[in-house]
Parts: sequence; C-alpha cells; structure tokens
Amino acid sequence: MSQALVSLTIDGVEVTVPVGTKIVDAAKQAGIEIPVFCYHPKLESVGMCRQCLVEIGRPKIDRSTRKIVRDKNGDPVIEFGPKLETSCTTPVGEGWVVLVNSERAIEGRRQVIELILTSHPLDCPICDKGGECPLQNMTMAHGPGKSRFLYEDKMHLAKHVPLGDLIFLDRERCIQCARCIRFQTEIVDDPVIAFSERGRKLEIVTLSEPGFASYFSGNTTDICPVGALTTADFRFGARPWELNATASICPHCAVGCNTMLNTRREARSQGRVVIKRVMPRQNEAVNEIWLCDKGRFAHHFASSEERLARPVIKLKRRGRLTATTWENAVKFVVEGLQAAHGAVLGIAGGRASNEDLYALHRLMDGLGGRAVLHDQMAGGEFVQQAGVGPGTNLADLGSGDCILVVASDLHEEAPIWWLRVKQAAERGAKLIVANARPTRLDAHATHILRYDYGVAAHMILGMLHEINHQKELDQYASAETKKVAKVVSKANNVVVFYGSEGLDYAASHDLAQNCATLLAASGHVGRANNGLVAVWTHSNTQGAWDMGVHPEPGGLAAALKGQKAAYVVAADPAGDEPLLTSLLEQVDFLIVQGLFLTETALAADVVLPAQSFVERDGTYTNGMRRVQRFFPAIAPNEGMRADWEILSAVAAAMGIDSARPSAAAVMQDIAAKNRDYSEVNYPALSRNASQWPHVGGKDIYFGGTAHPNHQGLGVQLTPRVERQKDISFDWAAPRKIAHKPRYLMVPITKLYDRGTTVVQSQVLGPRLEILRLYVNPEDAERLGMIDEGEVEVQWDGRKQRLRSVIDEHVPSGAVLVPRSLGVPLATAVDVKIRPIAL
Amino acid sequence: MAEHILLRHRDIPDIHELDVYLSNGGFDALKLVVQKKTPQDVIDIVRESGLRGRGGAGFPAGVKWGFLPQGVFPRYVVANADESEPGTFKDREIMERNPFQFLEGVAICSYAAQAKLAYIYCRGEFWDLAHELESHIAELRKEKLLGRKLFGKDFSLDIRVHLGAGAYICGEETALLESMEGKLGQPRLRPPFPAAEGLYGQPTVVNNVETLTNVPPIINRGANWYNSIGTKESTGPKVFSLSGNVERPGNYELPLGTTFRKLIFEHGGGIPNGRSIKAILPAGASAPILPATKKVLDTGMDYESLRKIGSDLGSGSVIVVDDSVNIAWLAQKITSFFKHESCGKCTPCREGTYWMSRIFENLENGKATSEDIDLLDSVAQSIVGKCLCALGDFAAAQVVSDIARFRSDFDARAKDGK
Repeated sequence: MSQALVSLTIDGVEVTVPVGTKIVDAAKQAGIEIPVFCYHPKLESVGMCRQCLVEIGRPKIDRSTRKIVRDKNGDPVIEFGPKLETSCTTPVGEGWVVLVNSERAIEGRRQVIELILTSHPLDCPICDKGGECPLQNMTMAHGPGKSRFLYEDKMHLAKHVPLGDLIFLDRERCIQCARCIRFQTEIVDDPVIAFSERGRKLEIVTLSEPGFASYFSGNTTDICPVGALTTADFRFGARPWELNATASICPHCAVGCNTMLNTRREARSQGRVVIKRVMPRQNEAVNEIWLCDKGRFAHHFASSEERLARPVIKLKRRGRLTATTWENAVKFVVEGLQAAHGAVLGIAGGRASNEDLYALHRLMDGLGGRAVLHDQMAGGEFVQQAGVGPGTNLADLGSGDCILVVASDLHEEAPIWWLRVKQAAERGAKLIVANARPTRLDAHATHILRYDYGVAAHMILGMLHEINHQKELDQYASAETKKVAKVVSKANNVVVFYGSEGLDYAASHDLAQNCATLLAASGHVGRANNGLVAVWTHSNTQGAWDMGVHPEPGGLAAALKGQKAAYVVAADPAGDEPLLTSLLEQVDFLIVQGLFLTETALAADVVLPAQSFVERDGTYTNGMRRVQRFFPAIAPNEGMRADWEILSAVAAAMGIDSARPSAAAVMQDIAAKNRDYSEVNYPALSRNASQWPHVGGKDIYFGGTAHPNHQGLGVQLTPRVERQKDISFDWAAPRKIAHKPRYLMVPITKLYDRGTTVVQSQVLGPRLEILRLYVNPEDAERLGMIDEGEVEVQWDGRKQRLRSVIDEHVPSGAVLVPRSLGVPLATAVDVKIRPIAL
Repeated sequence: MAEHILLRHRDIPDIHELDVYLSNGGFDALKLVVQKKTPQDVIDIVRESGLRGRGGAGFPAGVKWGFLPQGVFPRYVVANADESEPGTFKDREIMERNPFQFLEGVAICSYAAQAKLAYIYCRGEFWDLAHELESHIAELRKEKLLGRKLFGKDFSLDIRVHLGAGAYICGEETALLESMEGKLGQPRLRPPFPAAEGLYGQPTVVNNVETLTNVPPIINRGANWYNSIGTKESTGPKVFSLSGNVERPGNYELPLGTTFRKLIFEHGGGIPNGRSIKAILPAGASAPILPATKKVLDTGMDYESLRKIGSDLGSGSVIVVDDSVNIAWLAQKITSFFKHESCGKCTPCREGTYWMSRIFENLENGKATSEDIDLLDSVAQSIVGKCLCALGDFAAAQVVSDIARFRSDFDARAKDGK
C-alpha cells in the first residue's frame, strides 16, 4: 500500500513521513525526542498536558494567488505562529520547519513541567515508579532543579485509593493525563474509569462494581507516566533498579503474549530469587505492548510453597510416597516401563513445551507405545495445513478484510485476541461472530450468527455452499449463511478463529476441517493474514499437535484400555475427571511428572518434580503457529528437572536415544525431523526487528514501562499449503444431531477460573469466578427454578448440587457451567435438572 | 437609542406573549425565509450584515454558518445560553422578556443550517428560565410555528432545551457540546471545529443567544440597514451589561462603537458616593483590565478599538471599578473564580490557576513579598499561550495586565511593600 509522503525539517533534520503523521512521531523517527505525558503512540491525541510544545513554521501563502511566497533565493518564506503548538496533535505539513530545541520551545516546556510539578508529591524515594518514571526522567533532564512553588502550598490528597482489587490510585501523584481512562475507553472498550470533579480536584474514579472491572486493567500501570497507578501485585514490592529482567512467554492461553519476568533475590522470600512482576514485552505481531490481567497477575503458582521438590516413589500400590534420589527414581521408572513391554501410554498436557512433547513422543515411540494429548479439542492438523502464514499480524487487518470467530468466547478465552480482533473491526474489517450464545465480541460484529450447540460445523457448510454450490450442501444453507459467505468470499484477507464451545472432539474436528475448506475454497489460505487459527485452551496445544501428540478421539479412557504403564507429563487427568482416577490406578505402573502433588500424582507409582516455565528454557507454539522462546528467570530448586531433561534421561537409560544436553539441542532434533520446524532454531527464535512504536529505553515517557524486545520475536511457521501445492481440502459431513436433548449442560471458559495456575494468584482471589449454573429464564420457569436457588444436576450417573443463576443470554435448552470451578466436565452432556425445595 | 432592536420589550412590554409578538411582525422573518429564500440566501444576508458573535469571540456569524460541510446530515443548531461570564446578564433579559425573537432567530439559523433539531443549552442556574422557554416552545408547536412542514414547505424543526450542571467552562462551545452529550464538561481539541464535527460528531452551528436574537430584524430590514448601525467592522446594536461601581447598573442596548464614557456616565449615571473611576473590566473577568484614562473612556466599545488599547470587547459586560478598590484584591477574586472554574484538562490552567491563587492568598495574609509579585507575574506569563482553550489564557492575561497596569496596588499588599 503506497501512502502519500510529506517532507519537513525538524531541528534541521529532513524528515519524510506518511501524510497524517503527528509531529511528535515524525521527530521520534528522526531520533529527536519531544517529551510527552498525555500523548501515547497507541492512543488518540488529546493535547491535554501541553508538555510537547514546539515552534512550528509554515510556508507563507500569498492569499490572493494561494501560492507559496518565496524569498530572493527562491526559498519559501517560513512564518512562525505567535504561540507554541502541541506536536502530539499537529499532523505534519509539507515544507514545515519545526523547532523542538529552540530557546522559546525549551522555555515553554520547562514552564509546563514546572507547573506539573507544583502538584506532584516529592515521594520518589518511596514511589514504585521511581527509577522508571517518565516524570522523574523529564525532571532530571529538563526540570528547574529547584521549585519556585512553596511546599506548604501543596494540595494534599488521598494516597491509597483502591480503584478495584488490582489497581491502586495515588491521587497526589496523578497528573491528570487521562492515559488510563483513554486506554480503557479507546483501546479495550471497558470504560469503567473516568474523571470526576474539575480543576485541581479532578480525579480518577471507577464506575464499575467490582471496581475497575476490566481484564486489561494492569496495562494502565504501564502507560501511567507517573506512579499514580500501581498494581496490588507489585506496589511497595521492590525498586525497579533491583530487578532482573528475563524474557518469557505467557503460559496461560494460546495467544502467547511476550512477557518479561522481573525477579529479585530478597530476604522476605528467605533469600530466594522470586518473580516480583510480569511485564509486557513488545511484540507488535502478538500482543503489541499489552497483557491481560491473568497473564500479569497469575504467576504466583511458579513460586508456590506447594511445589514438588524431590522425586518420590511408592514401593507398594496405595503405599506411602517416599522421597528418593533422581538416580533411583530414573532406575525405578526404567524398570516399570520395561515391565510394560510396549503397552505404554504417554499423556501430556498442552502446557508442556515443544521440547518436552517431542521428548515424550520419542520415548513412547522407542518403547513401542504412543503419546496422546489430554484435551478435547481437535483440528490441529488443519491448522498445520491452512494456518495463518508468516507475516500475519492482526493489526494489518482492516477495511476490506474479514474475520470469522466461531464457537469461541474470545474475551474469556484469549483476551488479547479479542482486543486485536475488535480493533480490526474498528478499522473496518467485517467481523462475523458465530456462537450458540451472545458473547462480548458481538458488540463489535458486523454479522452475528446463532446456531444450536453442536451444529457449528453444519453452519460453515452452509457458507461453503454459497462458494462451491455443491448440491449436498443445500441442506445446510440459509439466508444468513448465504449473506456471510458473500462477505467471506469478497474479502481481501480472511482469518478464521475456531473454538470448541459446546463441541466434543469429533464436532471440533469437523468444524476445523470445514473452516479450512471454506478458507481454501474462497482463496484465503497460503498467504499472510489469511488462514485458520485455533483458540486452544492451553499455551502449547498447537505445539503438541506439531510434535505428533494428539488427543485420542475416544478420550483418555479408551486410550488407557489395555495399557500396562502410563507416563503423564504436565497434565492432571484425574483432577479434571475423577472417573479417570480408577482407570489410572488400574495401570500397573504410573509415572507422573509435574509441579504439584495432583490427584493424578497421588495415584502414581513415581512422581518426578518438574521445573516450571520460569526455571528453564523452551518454546511454545501459539495458536497462530508462532514458535516463541522463553528463558530461565529463576534458578530451580536442585531437586527439579525440566520435563524434556527427565524424558531424555529415561530414554538414554533405556538405550532408546542418547541424552540431550539442552533444550536447544532438542529443538535441533525437532528441526531435523519435522519439516514444518526446519527453519526453527534458538538463534532464529531470538532474532528481532525494529518495532513501532519505540518503547522502553531512556525515553520511557513515550511508550510507558512495557519492555522493548531484545530477545526475539519468534518464528511464524509456514502453513503446509504454502509449500505443498497438492494439499486439497474437502468438507466433512458432520454428524446428524439425533434429538435435541432436553437440557444440554455446556462447559464454558471464564478467564479467572480456579485452575491450579490461577487459584494460587496472590491478587486475583476476589475476582475468581464462583461456580454457578446459568439457565435461560424460560427454562428456569419451566423447571420451577429461582435465581440464586439450588438445583441438582444429574448426568452419566453422577449428581451435583449447584447454585443457579437466571441469565437471558443462555440459549434455550442449554445450561452453562464455567470450567475448572468444580464440575468435572470436559464437553457438553445431556443432563437432568431438579430444583431443590427451600 | 430611540428604538430597541434586541431589548424590544422595553418598547413593547408584553412582547413575551406570543400573540403580542405575532401582532408586531413576529415570525414574519421565518415565514419569509422558509417560503422565499434558500438557506444560502440567508447565510449571505447574515454575512453581508456583518453580524458578529456576541458570546465574546466576535466571529462573523454568516461566515461560521458557511463552514458547514456540504451534504453532511443531520446537522444541529445549538444556542449557547450558558451565560456565565461574571457581569454578563444580557441573554437572561432577552430570554425572559423577549423570548420569541430569540426563538425565531434560532429557527432562522436552523433553516440556514438545514438543521431539523436545535438545542438551547442553558446554564444550570437557569432552570426556571429553561422551563419558561419550554412552555414558549410548546406554544410555538401548537401554533405550527415549530414542527413538521412549516409554512407548507419542506422544512421541519423542533427546539429542545438542555440544562447544564453549573460550569463556567460549558460556555466554551466544545465543552458545551461535550456536556450536551452527557460527558464531563471539558473543551475539545480544535480543529475539528463544531461546524465540521460538533454535536454527536455532526456539523453544528453554535451561537450565542444575543447573536441569534439579531437575526430576525436583519432578515426583516436587510443587511444594509443593519450595517448602518455601529462601526464599519463591528456592525449592529449590542447589549452592554453594566455593573460595578456605577449609579445605574443594568443592560443598555447601544450601537457598537459607543464610548465607555457615554455608557458609564450618560446611561449609567456615573460613579456613586462621590468616588472617581479607576479602572474598567470591559468583558467581565475575561479581558485585560483597563485604567480609566481619558483615552480609554473615549474609546468606542467595538472589537477593533478595544484590541487596539490592549483589551477585548468580549461579551460586552462592563464592570466599573472605582478608586476605593485595590486591584490586587480584584485580581485575587477573579483568579479564585477561574481556579474554581478550571476544568482541569490542561496543565497550565489547572496548575497555574491554583498556584496563582495560593500566591494571592499569601499576599492577602501579609506573607508575600514583592518578589512573590514578580513570581506571580512570571507564573501568569508562563500560562499565557499554552492552554487548550481560552479559559486559562483569560485567567493569566488578567493577572498579567493587573500587575502591569496597577503594580502599586500589589506592592501595597506585600509585606515589604512601599
């Protein structure tokens, strides 16, 4: 896309930038710093703080001829205005002369900073922002050094105002730049904070109950240019200059946000190195400079006291677990696996890294067994074939493009994708949201499709019919599918996000296949910004598929049939589904590798303490098939080993493979064996490129305290369709839905569930979801249920008592229950519901 | 002036009754433009009349109406009835006593702007007046002077009254629009100007009550008649609100260009209690103070002449200050007003008015030295020209002029004062 360019001079430097560029950004690109407070490159300009004042000279125009007036040398005559102007609100003009460091401009900015400081407390020594504070930096660089404002004239205001459970406001430090309010309103559409009052009394207040109810609230503390907003997690926790920073990848969902773990060795943690905070690390193609609050505040599990620290074995079934050495433990594992004679099953979770999954797959392969993924969602192979290509960035999607989101509640499942999809829609992309129930994304949709739970794949076929006109697909078409299919086929670029809400393995497989077929049929595969994205429930589920570790179509119960040994890595099947406990116990030899003594670990013969992602290196492959690397931030307890390392040691002891020395070496094996990963290696993953906006560095006032990315942007894999021209896609005839069950209980995802990694957060506690059964009002009336009443739900011979909530957003015939809150439900089931009389 | 053009109730006391207004030519102008003139004709007439905005800025009304972008609808007209400049009480008298002429002006402006909906934004304290206006509007609807297809033509109009919540800043047109949209009353960044993106982002004409009240007579009698009143560049009559140390305070409708001397001494009856005049605030709090020299007293009250002597006509609220008043005391009152009314959006105004207030308090309490007066001057100078809207500039320019023109009054309050 070519853009008209404008040339101007800033402090004598010739700059050529696209039309519409703000002077402050043009200067930044030319390496000239203009200090700002209210301006942020991701936000609309407001020109409130007046810190960015510059002198602007414009070519003089003759009023009668409308031509530029020239001097005797033929140069344009430049006229400077009577006032300094805000460079953050003024777009560049051809031939302009901007003076940033003229005497008048410097004096003007000095006056503004002096005015800002009159109301600011001098509490830098105890302020969390001290050391990385834009105002502090600016004062040091440009401030007068001594205030003419009398200290006793200062206005004193409340210093500990909780805006909610997560964010605190110091009213004295606030400089009323409104970055936080504008972020909440413009960027994330959660306008839950606002200004109240006026003048020097102007203050930030929260309008929501609970306070500051937004999944993105933590970002406001990064872009706050002073220490006014601090997090419940970090405030008064450490000084920024005491912190080490280690690049990492968020382990909580399939987005793969780039993070920086700030750590410190401290007395209050018994001399250990601990994570003090999680910060966003810039990756404009993944998370830009944002993080959701789960990614920021759910890190405490890694430093939990409950962590397993030594290998333990059980000599007799149902006996006590006894601590042992690694040497003994490995010997014990080898014996147990040998005795299974190939009847061995590896079970992995989607949190394991690529290296772990590859090592497990290799070990199982060597033993004559196989490795499966503990998951219910299918379709990874279609993402491998028709995933989004290298160079994909949701920020590039806008007018003329289309995004389809099906069977997913992105706001709860992958908040940063929700945010970026919403922004693409705001830039003019057509957004089709298809789900059985309304979700938060509907508000930004251009087209909303509703279907009954279970028939998502059918609806995609209806759309496909409009493109390939196959007779057999007639039955799935409707006026609505016809309309949206036109939108898809006309779009320049199409990205499809598919989830698994209400879908079991087979149904999600059909959905993925049909989505891939739709994309291929409409010409939207094999290039950047086109393709299929899976909204996986874990950070590395796609990596598991890529490493050859898939879910078993019939589920774990089927896979465990006839197995003599099972090896569980980074998963807790018994905790997720109590019915699996007895099946796991029936296996002769059960090995569990993990962080905690889970239900599964309790049933094991040997439990091996694994290192968490903060203690080791490795890679995750996100839902857009970007392979990204995380680094060790904390030295592990010496009793813990990396999953790949344990698996590699076992494989070596059994003569299957030689022990690998490092995660990087395992990645070399992967690259050698897996064509998709042939370009992937640790140096390649660590490559980076210059990104806009510039963040971090000396001039943090520009972008806030998000970290710049020096540790690598990762590698986005090429989908196979780009390489193998012979790949063809065909649709799958989905199962007929035999009868509409009276009540279908559907597990839905909530961001703050009570899973192991979330429930240990030291700050998210008050925000965690409460177990409730959500019922449609008409169904509730039919069943005689009341809001906040108690009901008994029966399914598959089980019973559970639940509190019900009447919610008009629940589709009729379905009842919704959030996952990981106490109802062991992997996929939708038919249920009977009986209200309990009061 | 023999005949009142704006304060017509002074000649015809019952003109606030619709039948009286109608029997005195009321709504002839609206009928004429709707039936016989194009919107562009109306804009041209108003431009030719030279009518300038009476809210303070003095921007030519016809030019402002001409800024509306082609083909963008809906459009809105907003009458700014947030009259809150200290010493200004002209719009209130017009709306209370001659309301239909004002409403007819709103309607003609709406026709010119091709707006189907006009709002009257009243300051919060005008709640009783707002209710009166609403009942007048109801009468107009009943008489089919508002509503669908007026005078058998394809022009429909309704007028609604909106009450503010009591903020000076909401007289600033963009803060007014924010307030109307239900938001915090803070000025918007300009450009875009309201003509391009105003209420709800649509093209909007915002004009002061008095400006709009001038429109029906301009239509009835023509641009030439109108610009024969006043000066060459400041045409027409103006209602001056006279207050302060003067014998007969009140509103006086006089041609633009009338001298201060004539207003204060002839119409206002001069200074009471045998005092003499010391200074004049020609536009309430919002224009630099003028020492009442012979030259100043003989200056005509029009936009150009006042700028020439270092002040501004503003909304024409003339506050007379006699020789019993210490100007530092006056400046403190004004600064305290601006501090109270600063919206807080931009730094220089928010922090600067607070800082200046504190220095004034120290001066009042005998804690300040003449160095602090220099500091006060320096702080005020550092605010000038850096604010988002005019409020901060007004606040600072006032202090700068007070010190420059009456330094000895400040020194008299300093603890090392001479």
